[in-house]
Amino acid sequence: MKTPSTPATPPANARAVDNPERPTGWAKWKFFLYIPAVLKGLSNTFLHLIKAKGHKTFTIQYPEVKRPVRPGYRGEHRLKKDAQGREKCVACFMCQTVCPALCIRIVAEEAPWNDRDKRPKIFEIDMLRCIYCGMCEEACPCDAIELTEKFNVVSTSRAEKIYDKEKLLSN
Amino acid sequence: MNLFLDATRAVLIFGAIMTLVPMLVLAERRVSALIQNRVGPNRVGPMGLLQPLADVLKLLFKEEITPARSDRVLYTLGPLLAFAPAALAFAVIPVGRGLEVAEISFGALFVITATSLGVYGISFGGWASNSKYSLLGALRSSAQIISYEIAMGLALVSVLMTAGTLNLSEIVVRQSHLFEWNIFRQPLAFIIFYTAAFAENNRLPFDLPECETELVGGYHTEYSSMKFAMYFLGEYIAMIVMSAFTVSLFLGGWNPGFALPEGALWTAVSVGVFSVKLLAVLFFYIWVRWTLPRFRYDQLMQLGWKGLVPLALANIVITGIIVTLWDSLTGS
Repeated sequence: MKTPSTPATPPANARAVDNPERPTGWAKWKFFLYIPAVLKGLSNTFLHLIKAKGHKTFTIQYPEVKRPVRPGYRGEHRLKKDAQGREKCVACFMCQTVCPALCIRIVAEEAPWNDRDKRPKIFEIDMLRCIYCGMCEEACPCDAIELTEKFNVVSTSRAEKIYDKEKLLSN
Repeated sequence: MNLFLDATRAVLIFGAIMTLVPMLVLAERRVSALIQNRVGPNRVGPMGLLQPLADVLKLLFKEEITPARSDRVLYTLGPLLAFAPAALAFAVIPVGRGLEVAEISFGALFVITATSLGVYGISFGGWASNSKYSLLGALRSSAQIISYEIAMGLALVSVLMTAGTLNLSEIVVRQSHLFEWNIFRQPLAFIIFYTAAFAENNRLPFDLPECETELVGGYHTEYSSMKFAMYFLGEYIAMIVMSAFTVSLFLGGWNPGFALPEGALWTAVSVGVFSVKLLAVLFFYIWVRWTLPRFRYDQLMQLGWKGLVPLALANIVITGIIVTLWDSLTGS
């Protein structure tokens, strides 16, 4: 049977006078020697205040100044157009199938052109559901959909958040 | 006629403090932002100067909440008691040559009495809220203010010994030349007094009654809307009063460091000098707040009782010896 070993640290309810590490003698008064440290701290904050020694303000004042977007950023979607100004999309449903958030809705119709069979009649993305994973972009065989660098996705109603084909093409 | 003049002075000085409070709040926010490499409120009005107005309007339109099982009378009395004594103390502070609401023979004592009444507001509020956080905040406040009041009073005593009077206006008049300022005569008393003033006003590094990281908001956790605004106002007015008191006691009050010539123009100058000194001391308050972390409770008590009180007592003894020797040598 194991005997309980004595704890190395004193229990939490030990009184301060029982504490063997309690400073004695001169060390007891070291507590009051923080005045140089206080002055050092004050001078440091003052240097920040007057922006000396290379300190600078880090705030980006957002609506006027926008933060630079890193390459590879995934923002709002865009449908691309080809050289003749037609949408590249051929309504193959690849993006709708791969989308993990089920936010893409495509209704196909027959294309009026000879180089493809179908084109999207309706192409809607529910931006409230979208998780900006970029899978649609990767799945697309025609390179017709891509994620832009637009990140200020704002609207005043839920209905506005369902982007239709025109919105996506002009994005 | 005399009464009318007194009333005008009272209204003017009170109005000046009440205007200074919102500006001080804005200054606090802007200075803290600059220290932390931020920008701070700069959207409302030119350079954010109308931000205090927006703050006040927001507080006015907030819902007034009284906790269900609170003590209604004390709950209402708390903010009033935090606010009124602080404003009261300003009556004896000379803001310019011959410009004080009331010149009374025990002015210094009056200020320290009136400002220490502020603890009742905090204690009442904390007790009446019927909340653990508030009660703890109130308890800490009482303990802290009582402890630091002793150090403050003792530091004041040594100043009064060199000044030889309790009349605050007289104390200021006697500091007309730069080297007569009490900060040079009593440097130790100044440090003790100013440290205790921070504790008295519940400012960082001694803001244990409020202590947002442990006690949510301390004594004003349950307060909202205008009652909270009253506490806020009281806190800042207490800060202004304590700064003005420090300026009058140690920094020569309205004296620019040399003897002022007679004339109304120079009286106006003296008001300007006082304002500049007051603002500098207030800036130091803000500066310290955004530099130092909060003391632990036992550290606070240790500093008060083991540090400041013995130092202040020793200072009194030294001052007493020097004053006696000086008087016997100069034969006065």
